[in-house]
Parts: sequence; C-alpha cells; structure tokens
Amino acid sequence: MSVKVGVVLFPGSNCEQDAVEAVTALGGHAEVLWHGDESVGGVDAVIVPGGFAHGDYLRPGAIARFSPVMQAVATFAADGGPVVGICNGFQVLTEAGLLPGALQKNRGLKFLCTMVELRVESDRSVLTSEASIGDVLRIPINHFEGNFTCSPDTLAELRSDDRIVLRYVRNPNGSIDDIAGICNEARNVVGLMPHPERACDALLGSQDGAPLLRSLLAAAANAKV
Amino acid sequence: MWEPEAVKFNVLVEVRLHPGIADPQGATIERSLPTLGYEHISGVSVGKAIRFVCDADSEETVRKGVDDLCHRFLTNPVIEDATITIEPA
Repeated sequence: MSVKVGVVLFPGSNCEQDAVEAVTALGGHAEVLWHGDESVGGVDAVIVPGGFAHGDYLRPGAIARFSPVMQAVATFAADGGPVVGICNGFQVLTEAGLLPGALQKNRGLKFLCTMVELRVESDRSVLTSEASIGDVLRIPINHFEGNFTCSPDTLAELRSDDRIVLRYVRNPNGSIDDIAGICNEARNVVGLMPHPERACDALLGSQDGAPLLRSLLAAAANAKV
Repeated sequence: MWEPEAVKFNVLVEVRLHPGIADPQGATIERSLPTLGYEHISGVSVGKAIRFVCDADSEETVRKGVDDLCHRFLTNPVIEDATITIEPA
C-alpha cells in the first residue's frame, strides 16, 4: 500500500497541486488537507506547500500558524511524523516554532524566480536520506522572503548538530551561512526555500527534486510501520 | 465590589527590525535620497505601524496585554521588536 501524504491548503497557497502531482508521480498517494481541519486525517507525512498563506499579511506565515490544522501538524511532528515545509511552508514552520530562525526579505529586495544549485550537507533528515552529502541538485527558487536568519547561538547549534541540510552553491538571497534548508532537532521536520516538487519531471528542466521527495516517501513508509 | 469602568485607549504599535538585522528597504530609500538633494539624512529604517483601540480599566492593563500580543503575534521576536504608545481615546 502506498504511503499517504497530506498537503496543507491555506487560503492563498498556490503550490499544493504541484506537490500533489510530484508525490503521485513518485508513487505516493497525496491528499489535500484544508487549513480549517483539526486533524491531519491519518496521513503518513505532511507537506506545507508554497504560496501566500492568508495573503502573507503581517508577515509570511504569521497568520497561517493559527489555522486549526497547524495544531494537528505540530502534534503529528511531535509524535515523529515527517513534515516538510517548502518556501512559504518553511516560513509557516518557523513562525509556528517547529523550526528555528526566521525568513526575511531577500538581500537586494528582488523577488527571485530562477534555477539554483543546492549542495546536500546532511543525509540525516526526512528530506535528504536518499541523497548523498556533496550532491549538487538543480532546483528552482521562487521567493521574496527567503533570506534565512537566526541568532548566533542558533546558528552554532544548527552547525554543530548537523541540522543544515541544504546550502546554496551561490547564495542568491543573503541567507546566513548560505542556508537553503534546515531540520529540527529530531530531524523529522525540514524547511527549505527551493521547490523540489517543481523539479521532478524532465519536462520541467530538472528531476533533482525527486530524490528529496523520495526521501520523504521513505520516511513516511518507515513512520507507517 | 467596586469595579473601575472600562475606558478606551488608542494604541500604536511600531514594529521595527532589531538593530543589526539587514533592512534592505531602509537602505534603498537612504541610497536614493542624495539624488533628490537630501544629503544629510542617515539611519533610515522601514517598519510597520499598527493602530487599534483597546477597552481596559487602566493603561497598565493595556500595556501588559499589548506586550503579550506583540510577543505572540504582532512581531517575530527573532528579527523584530516593538515600541508601544498608549493614549486615552
């Protein structure tokens, strides 16, 4: 039986269908979870997708974090369930306190929509277990507020605990320490600004996102057992 | 028991980035000023102003509530802080 991945839909999300398509193409079963739901409906993994949840009003993720489904996502994560936040989803997870730090406006104040190269820095996370350290992946970014920042103490902790999972080869947005993606202490919650779900088909110019989402499906299968 | 009657207070919350956090909007505005002839302006920063009205029995009650609100919702304490101004409405 294939694993079930819940993709959270907030008012203003716009990448949920991309995530559903990619998960389905990789052999998983995807279902959309409405932000007003109070449960994650028995899924084996959760993706918080990109977009502009609640219009990004106040700050990206600031209001999404209060959507009823987020309490269920927090409980799911606390129980060890794999959770990945992509782009706006990463912003939501930091605002919800599931990941440390914050995402501020890009250095240079430009909205960036381009292909970037990412280096896999850790294979110990639910998003990178099927990749190898040092792999360089071509995956697109599409954001205005992707400049990751955190306190010096948090940065030291992320480094020493091997929690920086992806770095930009050439930093596009001013992100501290070239960080593109991080994980939580338990390594089952990952946030990243690039969009692996948009790089799972040759027609889209890259399939380098596939190993990342395959890792998530593998983690979901493990969580299921 | 005597209960003080609630009165209205105007609240202004000014949210700004912590010192040391890059403020590309402020920096861009500052860089453009000399082209308009404003040569002596520095330290430009851009933040948010949030205004609302609060019913409470005292200014202290308002301040306590708004401090909490700022910490939990109106600011992201990782990168922002707030100054709060309260006046009787």
